Amino acid sequence: MIGIEHYVVVSAILFVLGVLGIFLNRKNVIIILMAIELILLSVNINFVAFSAFLGDLVGQVFAMFVLTVAAGEAAIGLAILVIYFRGRGTIAVDDVNRMKG
Amino acid sequence: MDLSQSLMITGPEVVLSLSGLALLMVAAWSGDKASRMISIAAVGVLTLCALMVAPALGSGAMGPGTLAWFGQYRADAFAAFGKLLIYIGAAVTLIVAPAFFERSRSMRAEFPLLVLFAALGMGMMVSAADMLTLYLGLELNSLSAYVLAAFLRNDERSAEAGLKYFVLGSLASGILLYGISLTYGFTGTTSFMGIRAALSGHMSLGATFGVVFVLAGLAFKISAAPFHMWTPDVYEGAPTPVTTFFATAPKVAALCLLMRVAVEALGGQPQAWQQIVIFAALLSIVIGALGAIGQDNIKRLLAYSSINNVGFMLIGLACANENGAAAMLVYLAIYVVMSVAAFVIVLMLRDEQGEAVESIAALGGLSKTRPMLALAMAAVMFSLAGVPPLFGFWGKFVVFQAAVQADLLVLAAIGIAASVIGAFYYIKVVKVMYFDDVADVVKGPSDRAHGLLLLGSSVVISPLGYLLTIPLAGIAAKAAAALFHSA
Repeated sequence: MIGIEHYVVVSAILFVLGVLGIFLNRKNVIIILMAIELILLSVNINFVAFSAFLGDLVGQVFAMFVLTVAAGEAAIGLAILVIYFRGRGTIAVDDVNRMKG
Repeated sequence: MDLSQSLMITGPEVVLSLSGLALLMVAAWSGDKASRMISIAAVGVLTLCALMVAPALGSGAMGPGTLAWFGQYRADAFAAFGKLLIYIGAAVTLIVAPAFFERSRSMRAEFPLLVLFAALGMGMMVSAADMLTLYLGLELNSLSAYVLAAFLRNDERSAEAGLKYFVLGSLASGILLYGISLTYGFTGTTSFMGIRAALSGHMSLGATFGVVFVLAGLAFKISAAPFHMWTPDVYEGAPTPVTTFFATAPKVAALCLLMRVAVEALGGQPQAWQQIVIFAALLSIVIGALGAIGQDNIKRLLAYSSINNVGFMLIGLACANENGAAAMLVYLAIYVVMSVAAFVIVLMLRDEQGEAVESIAALGGLSKTRPMLALAMAAVMFSLAGVPPLFGFWGKFVVFQAAVQADLLVLAAIGIAASVIGAFYYIKVVKVMYFDDVADVVKGPSDRAHGLLLLGSSVVISPLGYLLTIPLAGIAAKAAAALFHSA
């Protein structure tokens, strides 16, 4: 029997993978965008699982809003990446260093 | 609660979104040549919205009557206080921006619109009574802010600032959202009052995790240490009018939101967040003070200064009482004026070709070449450092007073000690301007709008600002009372 714990564990694993994907990735900014999507999807799994478990619709409504915002976020992220690439000719993470820090 | 009443309560947001959409049409049809006209219209809309929220602040509105849309949204005196500061910050940005962007011919019609939509999102943040409103407001603000940071498309630093802000901002939103989902799972509700009721007893491990994640996400948005690492780069890289914006309005919105979540949703469990807030406050004060030493870029210096100031404001929240919250709001209002003055001065520093001067070394001997500008800069720096005759001192005074009254003596003592370290780098700027050899770099003419804004904000931070202490304390007390008696 698959219970609520399984969903929460899967979503926690996805969330950690997403966060690690942002911090450990030394290659390319596109991978960071994918990691951000992974985080948002892990949140959605949480919301929908809790919503079904609690018998409360709010979680599913919230998941819909998260999906919509995630689409806008990806569009803006890619747009910023395009203007960045135009100026620099690279999207390697190690090259994002015009400013120290 | 019928529809018309909800619409009335959310009036400023309705006006902002409808006029934002209308101006978007204007921008689409008449292009970039209309950008100045759209900016003026946007300032008008913000003024109108400020007039709409002012009555709630004056009457100290609070309680269930301020709720709209089935408990999604709350328009009490606290929200009104936050919104007034947000609208001021946004309007200042719109006033200073055209002169800056027109110099490089990069003024676009989107700029005022993005600021307007960001102001709408921030208004939703301070009015949130539910996690859903919180999230949507925060994202509306953040998505506009990412684009604003990368607004100078052909400038590598601006694009890099936008990229860094986007990646770290999305990570923070993700962390916040994960916290919201855990809180929802373990309390069964997303409304602040519902969460408060559900958390009244023993807190489960899952709920504690949720709360910590939510606080971490919000700490990022206010750039409190240890989530401050994006601030110096974004402040340096973003176009200066946008930096002015980031240092004022979004900071107000995120701090008010943090207060709302801490007091309204987690008010029954202050011990769950008080330690975290004290830790973040101390770390921000120390990192803000130490990090600024050795910076040569004035915008980076002001970024560390803003981290430092957020730490002082968090001391007010750490008190977890009405007095502390009122002190925090007073500090917040004074901080907004000081930031506006500081960044308007940065905007006025230009060399002969009209290029922006950002290096502190280039300010050498400014007192001889531009005495009034140097005097204003010195006043701002002393005010940020909290030197008594200037108004910046009052903010620090009320916050430390609240901390001492709440028996947070150690926190207050460390805060005062760190503000002495902070004074070092503020006074270093004054020393460069008054005692170093004349660098004679700053020669460019200043825009009249910048001059007038600087004059206005300088009067407030000058000792004349103390005339405002009584009315400011009065409205801050009303706002704090509304926050603590929301039920």
